[in-house]
Amino acid sequence: MTKHKQGWTPLQIATHIGAFIPLIVLAWDFWFGSPTSPLMINPFQEVTFRTGKTTLVLLMLTLAVTPINIVFGIKQVLPLRKPLGNYTFMYGVIHFLIFIVDNGYVDNTIDFMAVYQATFEKRFAYVGFTALMIMLPLALTSNRWAMRHLRKNWKRLHRIVYAAGIAGVIHYVWLVKSDIRQPLAFGALLILLLVIRVPAVRRTIINFRRGLTGQSQAVVGGA
Amino acid sequence: MTDIKSSEITPEHIYLNRRKFMVGIGALAASSAVLAACGPAGQTAAPENSDGASQAEAIAAVSAETDELGDELTTYEAVTNFNNYYEFSTDKEGVAPLAKSFDPEPWKVEVGGLVNNPKTYDIDDLRTKFDQQERIYRLRCVEAWSMVIPWMGFPLAEILKEVEPTSDAKYVRFETVYRPEQMPGLGSPWYTWPYAEGLRLDEAMNDLAIAATGLYGKNLLPQNGAPIRLVMPWKYGFKSIKSIVKIELVDYQPTSLWMDAAPNEYGFYANVNPEVDHPRWSQATERRIGEFGRRKTLPFNGYAEQVAHLYDGMDLRVNF
Repeated sequence: MTKHKQGWTPLQIATHIGAFIPLIVLAWDFWFGSPTSPLMINPFQEVTFRTGKTTLVLLMLTLAVTPINIVFGIKQVLPLRKPLGNYTFMYGVIHFLIFIVDNGYVDNTIDFMAVYQATFEKRFAYVGFTALMIMLPLALTSNRWAMRHLRKNWKRLHRIVYAAGIAGVIHYVWLVKSDIRQPLAFGALLILLLVIRVPAVRRTIINFRRGLTGQSQAVVGGA
Repeated sequence: MTDIKSSEITPEHIYLNRRKFMVGIGALAASSAVLAACGPAGQTAAPENSDGASQAEAIAAVSAETDELGDELTTYEAVTNFNNYYEFSTDKEGVAPLAKSFDPEPWKVEVGGLVNNPKTYDIDDLRTKFDQQERIYRLRCVEAWSMVIPWMGFPLAEILKEVEPTSDAKYVRFETVYRPEQMPGLGSPWYTWPYAEGLRLDEAMNDLAIAATGLYGKNLLPQNGAPIRLVMPWKYGFKSIKSIVKIELVDYQPTSLWMDAAPNEYGFYANVNPEVDHPRWSQATERRIGEFGRRKTLPFNGYAEQVAHLYDGMDLRVNF
């Protein structure tokens, strides 16, 4: 890891602000939105959809950081991976909390059994829950203290984010009715982002890019 | 469905207070869980004024503010803006704007097939010939949300009796209008258009089964299936086919659009049944639009007394 620098780059500031935009838009729509919008008519469903979509988009952005550096050589994006990962987890937690309240309050009583059933008896919910549980240790170890103590294992541990990505996309595919174009688009993007990381592919891309920019030194090892 | 004691009708001031409560609670749901920093929930009252006024007008056109179980009517605004109508859009909020350019008149409904007396009705004939009754029904969507809607319409049996089904007629098949130029959703390759639905003849003859031409005392709007639609209150909403142009008596079980699109998820009967889950989600509970908590789903959507006998001896898990 590179040495920690003081102050944030404009990209980092933009990331932190951007991560709150979905929540700001949500608040805006609650305050000023039309009373006939789905958010006002069926708020639980709409908030669940929006936070879920945001989680998935942020997860893809997190997974896009390394490929952006590989393909375009833009090192400045690397420090964005940590906040993007953490915001992914934050939205995932909000998404799940709303799901719990949505399913757990039935006939004016708190119904834990209903939450349990909603989470574990339907495959789309279960795989979504799995994605969140995969991200939990990643969020907990997303700090320099954990990096120091886990050493090599930190990187190994954080590779399970790929599994979270796969689980997240499956969660979306299994949820939709029949027009699965959008979930499949996420799936295609995920595959692309994972393939670029394959060492042989990565080397080929970096060497090709360096050839274009006139740098002659070939990359042999993994980065 | 209209025999409701006056003591069961919620007085208007209580009704309006409840509405305020619901609107507040909707905001609270988000603000407490998500937006703790965004301020007091009560301040969302702004849109309620216009909303509340038009609801009062809408309520004035109906005979009761609740169904026979005492459940409040869903607001006119929710009923006319939160719609599943894939011929226009798969987004519920996208239907009403796109449906504005749909012409529900002139309109003809062709009734034929295995009948002695095939007929083509003009929509005006249907509105005047058959006595339009108010029916306050719960509508339970297969997606686990529900509404209470004051329909105007007449028993489907009245049309069927007039055309005289032959002894070979066992089922009724319905078809929605196909107008790609006015219904952009018809371009979707995921479904076999036009929308089709089917009923067993005895289901279609049941007194609860109506052909609806209006709601809240007005003619149906395009997003609600203008000018005429089916309403089958004990079945999931998708059975209540909209904008009908064709009714055909047949001797085979019709295949509906949803049976065709996802046969493991949507069956021919599609009776509301909390015991039989959708493969992707539970049907045990539902969210009544406008309420904070969920409620338990009732067998046959609360109409078991009137319709359960139609399915005596049938395995409802198999015939879902």
